[in-house]
Amino acid sequence: MMPALLADTVQLVATVEPEGLLPARQQMALSLGWHIVLACFGVAFPAMILVMHLRGIRRDDPVALELAKRWSKVSAVLFAIGAVSGTVLSFEMGLLWPGLMGTYGDVLGLPFAFEGLSFFVEAIFLGIYLYGWGRMPPKRHVLMLVPMAIAGVVGTFCVLAVNAWMNAPAGFRLVDGQVTDIDPWAAMFNDQVWLQFAHMWVAAYMVVGFSVAGVYAVGMLRGRRDEHHRLGFIVPFVFATVAALTQPFVGHLLGGGLDERQPAKLASFELADTTESPSPLRIGGIYVDGEVRGSIDIPVLGSVIAMSSLSDPVPGLDEIPEEDRPPVNLTHWAFQSMVGIGTLLAASVSLFWFLRWRGRNLLERRWFLRFVSISGPLAVLALESGWIATEVGRQPWIVYGFMRTEEAAGDYSGLWWLLGTTAVVYAAMTAGAVVVLRSMARRWRAGETDLPSPYAPQTVGERTNTLRSSSPPLRSSEQLRGDPE
Amino acid sequence: MMSLEVAVAAAMFVGVVAYAVLGGADFGSGFFDLTAGSSRRGAEMRTLVDHSIGPVWEANHVWLIYVLVIWWTGFPESFAAAMTTLVLPLLLALLGIVLRGASFAFRKYSATLGQARLFGVIFATASILTPFFLGTVAGAIASGRVPAEGVGDRWSSWLNPTSIFGGLIAVGTCAFLAGVFLAADAARSDKVRLAEDLRLRALVVGAVTGVVVLVALVPVSEDAPTLSEGLAGRAAALVVVSALAGTATLWLLWERRYSLARWPAVVAVASVVSGWGVAQYPWLLVDEVRIVDAAGASATLQALLVAVGLAVVVVLPPLAYLLRLTQSEEWSRH
Repeated sequence: MMPALLADTVQLVATVEPEGLLPARQQMALSLGWHIVLACFGVAFPAMILVMHLRGIRRDDPVALELAKRWSKVSAVLFAIGAVSGTVLSFEMGLLWPGLMGTYGDVLGLPFAFEGLSFFVEAIFLGIYLYGWGRMPPKRHVLMLVPMAIAGVVGTFCVLAVNAWMNAPAGFRLVDGQVTDIDPWAAMFNDQVWLQFAHMWVAAYMVVGFSVAGVYAVGMLRGRRDEHHRLGFIVPFVFATVAALTQPFVGHLLGGGLDERQPAKLASFELADTTESPSPLRIGGIYVDGEVRGSIDIPVLGSVIAMSSLSDPVPGLDEIPEEDRPPVNLTHWAFQSMVGIGTLLAASVSLFWFLRWRGRNLLERRWFLRFVSISGPLAVLALESGWIATEVGRQPWIVYGFMRTEEAAGDYSGLWWLLGTTAVVYAAMTAGAVVVLRSMARRWRAGETDLPSPYAPQTVGERTNTLRSSSPPLRSSEQLRGDPE
Repeated sequence: MMSLEVAVAAAMFVGVVAYAVLGGADFGSGFFDLTAGSSRRGAEMRTLVDHSIGPVWEANHVWLIYVLVIWWTGFPESFAAAMTTLVLPLLLALLGIVLRGASFAFRKYSATLGQARLFGVIFATASILTPFFLGTVAGAIASGRVPAEGVGDRWSSWLNPTSIFGGLIAVGTCAFLAGVFLAADAARSDKVRLAEDLRLRALVVGAVTGVVVLVALVPVSEDAPTLSEGLAGRAAALVVVSALAGTATLWLLWERRYSLARWPAVVAVASVVSGWGVAQYPWLLVDEVRIVDAAGASATLQALLVAVGLAVVVVLPPLAYLLRLTQSEEWSRH
């Protein structure tokens, strides 16, 4: 895989035109790839907290309430850095891609406006929800999660509308190089938007479901087998299960017709060097000098999966002019990683529920807990791979069939410095988030519930004393509700 | 009858004003956080800052995104022009926004005093620098330094008298607003000593900012004639309102009527920012592109107004609810 990726990178460096293109692409890749993970939490976490909080209220379950409260604090940290990394992206749209925004800003901008609205709604209700603990009537308080959850869905739709538009442009005409007849609604509701949205939305539930379940799987591995861990595991795991089992179908629907829409992307996904009838399914392998090497070929299956036919060929790269091909190996490997990991995750949740139905509990098995504890990172890997597959696979176009990526980039010098700075800042931000989230978990385990921030030496001293004197057992739900910040 | 283009520009400018007032108040609290003193002495102030802006900073921050989105959707070419010219101050402001937001969230959940101090210093410093750079961007546009075709001078576009004063005034007004709101918060939660402390600082900050605004008038009239003409002409009433409201705020602070002082403080900032907008009308990029000429497709402008209408219905009521809660008695008690 590495030499293939290296070859693609060399190809990229060799072919890019404006000085700013390569660093701009890397910059976008870094900041978007980072943001997309946090965005998943903004989309999927509120619904999980809602389920947990509702359970806490309905059954008067202090464990569920405590979990909802802790998760809301975790989501506060993640939402905050997601908000700033999202702002970075809105600046970068203009800073890195002035050619795109100057020419097509009024075509693709509308969904961004609605995305802004939904983000607004989410930020407002997050503020109310977080600070509402102990300050609002419980029934009204839990309702504050509903607009958050809805806004997350709408926001996903809007962002994906822009991305789908880049893949399947609609809502304008190009006449003598001028963009005319603009219909922003048609651009927003383009042919690809619904399926792309569905694919991403479900992916968000996979990422968050597996990640959160994984945290409690680690706790169980360390011998913590209380109700807190059982509940903390099972709710996100149910979300993850539904998502992991739905995703292959959504993905398959999304891929339908790709041979007509973006044949180069499909050829790269399938590593089809020539048009063969029927086409094999190629697993692994690299594309060098117009030939595929080292792949495992399963006859006919390529046609079956990609074309839903026993004989229709997958269009081959040989039919596509070299300057219109994406970096083939990167696209292929990203696509196969996504599919492979997705299949693995779907299989694992199926196994868990099947055995549970047969009366065997995999939570007793250390190997299964170990697997769940890495399922979150695996889901993230699948997410990133899927995104690389669709975005790199679209190259060399930024607006498919209309504008090449090189025309969109600005002509800056110094973008490499910017990239370096961004890498440092994002690394620091990641480290900060990890340190803070781990310390939150540690203090919760030690019995602290409110986690006051230490603004003075005195406060720290007081805190340690209370810790030492009494490690309070779980409080009743009544106390929790009346619990001030 | 307002044209479609101007209506969209006005909607965008409402976002600028909202960001200046709401975002400004929480940027400004960084000034008081930074100058609160040692960790022991400043603990009360920092806790107050945390408590005051904690629930609202993310929502306040969305106004900036609102402005950017309307700009690139409604006036795409001028957006690209401004972005390619003002890449440096925009990146610096962006860096500030990132560092500030992340470290504010991290500080709240820090485990140790050392961590809290590190995150706190980053938060507070970035909170002061960010409005400065955004102020220089406003100055660059207002002084006609963003060419219509973009890629203006990377340095002199924002390192010039109007931009520098724009940056300083932005920092000053943010701190002034924050001082007034924090003093009211402190008084509401019966922290008398803290309220006194904030009162004194806000008075000084307000006075200094007032002086800076007056001093700025001279170089700006040379450097940005179109803006100055507008300020003395069409926008004169707003300038006067701003000055009166600023004075009224200082007087109410002096009289310790903190909760009342919040209103003229908001009026002062809103009217000075509106003054800038009205003064540079009908230019979007002063002396370069008029609003009507910068606008994108009409269908898009109409759609944008639909989005703005939705925002009024969907966003404003919960936002008002949130702001009311944070300014209420029950949320002030810890």
